[in-house]
Amino acid sequence: MDIVFLTFILILSIFLGFELISKVPATLHTPLMSGANAISGITLAGAFISAGIANSQMANILGCIAVALATVNVVGGYMVTDRMLAMFKSKTGAKK
Amino acid sequence: MTIELIANLSYIVSAIFFIYGLKMLGSPATARKGNMLSSIGMLIAVVAGLTHQNIVSYEWIIIGLVIGALVGGVAARLVQMTSMPEMVALFNGSGGAASLLVGWAALYGTGASVDSGTMSGLAAQVSAISGGAPQPISAFTAVTVILAILIGGITVTGSLIAYGKLSEKIGSGAVVFSGQRIVNSLLLLALLGASVMLVLEPAPDSVWFYAVLGLSLLLGIMAVIPIGGADMPVVISLLNSYSGIAACAAGFAIGNNILIVAGSLVGASGIILTNIMCKAMNRSLANVLFSGFGVVKQGKAIEGEVKPISVQDAYYILEAAGNVCFVPGYGMAVAQAQHVVKELGEILEKNGAEVTYAIHPVAGRMPGHMNVLLAEADVPYEQLVEMDEINPRIENVDVAIVIGANDVVNPSARTDPDSPIYGMPIINVDKARTVFVLKRSMASGFSGVDNPLFFGENTRMLFGDAKSSIGGIVSEFGN
Repeated sequence: MDIVFLTFILILSIFLGFELISKVPATLHTPLMSGANAISGITLAGAFISAGIANSQMANILGCIAVALATVNVVGGYMVTDRMLAMFKSKTGAKK
Repeated sequence: MTIELIANLSYIVSAIFFIYGLKMLGSPATARKGNMLSSIGMLIAVVAGLTHQNIVSYEWIIIGLVIGALVGGVAARLVQMTSMPEMVALFNGSGGAASLLVGWAALYGTGASVDSGTMSGLAAQVSAISGGAPQPISAFTAVTVILAILIGGITVTGSLIAYGKLSEKIGSGAVVFSGQRIVNSLLLLALLGASVMLVLEPAPDSVWFYAVLGLSLLLGIMAVIPIGGADMPVVISLLNSYSGIAACAAGFAIGNNILIVAGSLVGASGIILTNIMCKAMNRSLANVLFSGFGVVKQGKAIEGEVKPISVQDAYYILEAAGNVCFVPGYGMAVAQAQHVVKELGEILEKNGAEVTYAIHPVAGRMPGHMNVLLAEADVPYEQLVEMDEINPRIENVDVAIVIGANDVVNPSARTDPDSPIYGMPIINVDKARTVFVLKRSMASGFSGVDNPLFFGENTRMLFGDAKSSIGGIVSEFGN
């Protein structure tokens, strides 16, 4: 039942992902890729569990590295995307 | 129980933020806000993730968070705009590695104990459904764990190779050897075999586990080395999609909704983006991934005479030009020439010329790479035109200035069916009245293909560093 439920979520999200991206100007491809890349750092939320559970030291160490790497992905990804988009912004702002 | 409920509700909220964020990233006016929204969604998901009932100690988490935030923050702040593609490749690799490790840790987290309290939600429920047998983890969980390790592994090494090729730390050409496909097929078969064995007997100290880990890392390398540097944008986009799928698989492994939702959103959008890029090059994804660009098939060698031009002569021609079109490529990024280019553009405009910047969809190392650079230099948005817009009126352009672009203006793509890039849409600068090509030397482009444009009747080569060449022209105007 649970597997069916999770798969249901999966399929709907995939369709949603397809729909969201279909119409994007080429200008925004790089920021979009980098922004989507930051979202893939969501694995961080899963890494917490591995890093913090009680029963295995090894899992904790693996989890700690996973947390660090996922955080690099998240923090770096969002900051880099913002830096790129800030330039678009300043330009359109100056134009107005 | 209530905390878990609140956490799950928060995941729904953060999913909404992600969806709106991605949606808004698709339009220039709202993109920055969209990125902000998506980062708020991430913050909510992270805080909710921290409340998970199975977490008993926070020291490892805090250590990881601090290290990661420092590294990511510093890297994002210091990176040059021109090396953005490599940076995204690296970030992508670290995301893939994280998913791999989450999968790996799930083997421990659920394997050591039959106490369902310490098992992750899904695994506990699945083994409860299957009769609560004392088996370490269910076959379903094992499959998802292996998928996380496998896809994560390919993403890590693939991204690192892509990084190496883009930053030219390793040769950017395609590495092809005979029997490559056979080797790769065997590798894939071995990987499948090891995966099946690991599903049958999931344990972190199993030799099959190490086999799966090693083979997927190897497969990532093998999959990316035969792809030439010019195709790296497509590869990064595809690997970005993989890292989403890996996160999604990790989500299944530990029964976490938000990982599944966010991971599959990224996976799906990454595939769409990959597809858009392939279309821009008029090639199929399979062709990009398996063709060994530029090596298997070499176009005919081109003979002819190049006509160099001095900065001063270039100035005389430009001063008389009424319609000037810049065609930037990766060379502009390397030379950091975007600011002087913009300066020259302004001078020409004051001089009465119509100035445009024609951007090929795959110019540079990532789609939109040139747009980002020109935006950094404050080039007005209306002056940027796309390929389809400039080509019909390219005959009216007095001077087309090609700055460090090569493959995207190579007429072989139109005329020479033997050329590896035959069929790729290009900016037809060879049809402009005069073409200036700014180049460091006569080396062929990133794809290793010769360019007959350089030998064209109306082409003048301006050799040297693009930044100093343009700077030279600018100061000529000053005199």
